[in-house]
Amino acid sequence: MSKETPNLEYIKKLSGDDLAFEQKFIAILKDEFPVEKQEYIKTLREGKTNESALIVHKLKHKLNILGLEKAYGLAVTYEEELKMENTALNEEFSSILETIESYLKTL
Amino acid sequence: MNCIIIDDEAAARAIVAQLCTSIPELDVIEEFSNAIDAIKFLNQHSVDLVFLDIHMPGFTGFDFVQTLKDPPKIVLTTSDTNFAIEAYEYEAIVDYLVKPITQERFTKSIQKVKNTLAQQPSRSKGEGNASSAGEDLYINIDRRLIKLTFDEILFIEAKGDYIDIKTTKETHRVHNTLKKIKEKLPEELFLQIHRSYIINFTKIIDIEDNSVLIEKSVIPISRSNRPELMRRLNLL
Repeated sequence: MSKETPNLEYIKKLSGDDLAFEQKFIAILKDEFPVEKQEYIKTLREGKTNESALIVHKLKHKLNILGLEKAYGLAVTYEEELKMENTALNEEFSSILETIESYLKTL
Repeated sequence: MNCIIIDDEAAARAIVAQLCTSIPELDVIEEFSNAIDAIKFLNQHSVDLVFLDIHMPGFTGFDFVQTLKDPPKIVLTTSDTNFAIEAYEYEAIVDYLVKPITQERFTKSIQKVKNTLAQQPSRSKGEGNASSAGEDLYINIDRRLIKLTFDEILFIEAKGDYIDIKTTKETHRVHNTLKKIKEKLPEELFLQIHRSYIINFTKIIDIEDNSVLIEKSVIPISRSNRPELMRRLNLL
């Protein structure tokens, strides 16, 4: 998969001229994303793939918000795979999470 | 039109709340990260519309809909498209928004809700759901819990650190604040009309310029509370 770059297009469209909301929303992402990422890592490590699927479900919304359409597609598939205890897409998904984490640090 | 937002994801709640700011008549009165807290809230407050996430750990959006006896109108917000058919099996569900929600789609959805609400009496303006909210209140007097039905309460008056609850039978003095008891009373029946008074709206006999008459008591209306009182009256 060619690497996509996260962007704030959706957030900026939603914010309009409301810069306060934009900043507040970025702060929420910065707070919430690392927690969810850690939860994902933890549940996967513990073999609780159904719980991992729930977190992937939450994370996939953030992929969408950040304009990562291909990554979103992968997350949709991965969520279903996890429900069947298949973790084969973990490496690819984890790489996407790393990309987002690095991006959020630049904001 | 007042609404609440239920979603376990803070970012998703923030998006819906921001979208709501574009609709002047839409007032977000509360946000919840889980459905259980929202149910507790709905047992005490009248709400016109709920934005509800389907996927929540433990208690899903559909569990929520099934739990409520008389649910408000509901707009589902979800990352999945495959629940649409199930969603429309519930009468209360008006629309189904797929995340990330766009402004255009959101506006359409609100129009749909308005059309649906226009076909039935507003929950905030009288009918309410007092029965589902419970119809009584327990007050603690001398370590005894006394049950008062909402219907027997005429008005409540603040008296320093106490409140006087005037009922059709007697007056109970309770160590509490007007603010606290207001939270326990159904909005569709009670209204604060003065810094020191909450009245049972259904007990008004008449209204003069700056006061209302309830039984034999004349209760002042403050200037700031008057517009809301006038809004609630069914004026001819």
